Amino acid sequence: MTNSLKVICPNGHLGFAPLKTESFQIAVEAGTDYIAADSGSDDIGPVPLGSDTCASPRAWQEHDLEVMLLAARRTGKPMIIGSAGDTGTNSRVDMYVQIIRDLARKHDLAPFRLGWFYSEVDKETVRASMLGGSPVRGLDGRPDLDEAELDATDRIVAMAGVHPFRVLLEEGCDVIIGGRSSDSAIFAAAALHEGFPDAQAYYLGKVLECASFCAEPYGAKETVMGEITPEFVEVTAMHPGQRCTVASVAGHAMYERSNPFHEYVAGGLLDMTDCRYEQVSEKTTRVAGMKFVPAEEFRVKLEGSGRLGERFVGMAGIRDPYTIANVDAVIEWARTQVRERFGDEGWELHYNVFGRNGIMGEMEPLKDKPAHELLIVVQGVAPTREMAEELTITGTRQLFYARLPEVKGTAGGVSFVFDEVMEASPGCRWTLNHTMAVNDPLALFPTHSEIVGSDVLETA
Amino acid sequence: MMTTKKLSELAKTIRSKNAGTDKITFDVIFRERDVYETVKRSGALTRESVSALFGIGDNRITDFVEYDPAYAIKFTILRPRPSGSPGDPDIFGAQQYAPLLDVDVNVDA
Repeated sequence: MTNSLKVICPNGHLGFAPLKTESFQIAVEAGTDYIAADSGSDDIGPVPLGSDTCASPRAWQEHDLEVMLLAARRTGKPMIIGSAGDTGTNSRVDMYVQIIRDLARKHDLAPFRLGWFYSEVDKETVRASMLGGSPVRGLDGRPDLDEAELDATDRIVAMAGVHPFRVLLEEGCDVIIGGRSSDSAIFAAAALHEGFPDAQAYYLGKVLECASFCAEPYGAKETVMGEITPEFVEVTAMHPGQRCTVASVAGHAMYERSNPFHEYVAGGLLDMTDCRYEQVSEKTTRVAGMKFVPAEEFRVKLEGSGRLGERFVGMAGIRDPYTIANVDAVIEWARTQVRERFGDEGWELHYNVFGRNGIMGEMEPLKDKPAHELLIVVQGVAPTREMAEELTITGTRQLFYARLPEVKGTAGGVSFVFDEVMEASPGCRWTLNHTMAVNDPLALFPTHSEIVGSDVLETA
Repeated sequence: MMTTKKLSELAKTIRSKNAGTDKITFDVIFRERDVYETVKRSGALTRESVSALFGIGDNRITDFVEYDPAYAIKFTILRPRPSGSPGDPDIFGAQQYAPLLDVDVNVDA
């Protein structure tokens, strides 16, 4: 076992916004053993998974993959990407694998081994588990999965732990493209492969996964470097103007998590309750005292999204104070016209009233104090494009004709920026946020590899 | 007489963000330990006070943590519906923290 290992991370969500190259190149020149980044998130809502699309332009993803691949191949260090293309579905993994092949040809790179794994789970696999007496358990207050909710689902990905990454590293892969994966597992796999202990390895992943979000002052998409030893992890900001401080590193442990002490991964729990933080130099903080508790039962997290229908969006403004005071009646009028045309079921219509409580809904403390002007955003969802369009235009244009008894302005009750509705992404819903027991940690994550470059064709 | 300050005058960071698909988590982070301790002592941020501020039942608050290593008070709530469902106006949950800015803190506590 080596005494320490360095891993750099240039982007907390590869492709969502391009990485900044200056701090990345500084990190590469400083010397690293691995280059790794996560490309996924469930922050982007259920639409990319439900419709099997990316949340960002392909050009940004290619940019980051190109910068990382060229540095990795120049220095001969492995490169690892998790949750390809935002969602980590099979089509996104295939897309990233093809981008790597194309970049190898474009830059005439010497042959290297490219590995990848898939994370999509067939609905029938989940159904078999459910009906076979192993409940698919709900997370975050959700009930256990039932067949109705499974039937409403269009696509499911399982969240990989370190296991498929480790298989591919053992096969000698130089570049790895992962399906949906735990953020921390991408980095932990490298450290475990090199013989470091679980607790430090998963902590390394936890602290690196969002790149410069663990540094201060705030500045995203900059590279950070983690160095793991058998006792502790050190994390260093690579941007000349950023530092990793006790506050920034400890603060990052709670980012996007409901609990700052516990991080669940496939196969166990990283416990940060007794972590000790120490500023060891201007840009570097050392963390020790983390623990890893292996899970008694191996459960894999599942994310699922179901398509509700086609979606259109309309907008309407209100300036009349009397109409503002009665905006709920205006909306109810429009909704009633929709009901008369389409019946009571088989569609969804949503109104967000900006200027009153458009952003916070029922949680808005000032919802009884609307502004002097409002913008209503209308969303209609229906089984077909044609119906969704007519539904949404009815739900928007009828705001114009609302019959308020005392209104002075009888020539039109709302303002239109445009008198039309716009086609949006399909309406989708997160149907699965659950866990499923599996016997084999690799069962849901088939791995593949091939030699890429210099026209060598060989598949393992 | 009691001296009060707004939470926004005392905290370095006040933010909200998704914690998975079904929750939003709020972080209030202080630069100095003594300010953090003052706010803790004041009782301005508790399960009860945030449930009143956001008008939600206590059962919607899944976690409430005083996180000493980062001088932070952190709580997490269940969303009314999963992020990004049609009608959800804040897919990332990133603009839900605003009411915290004006919370009054008794700094004599």
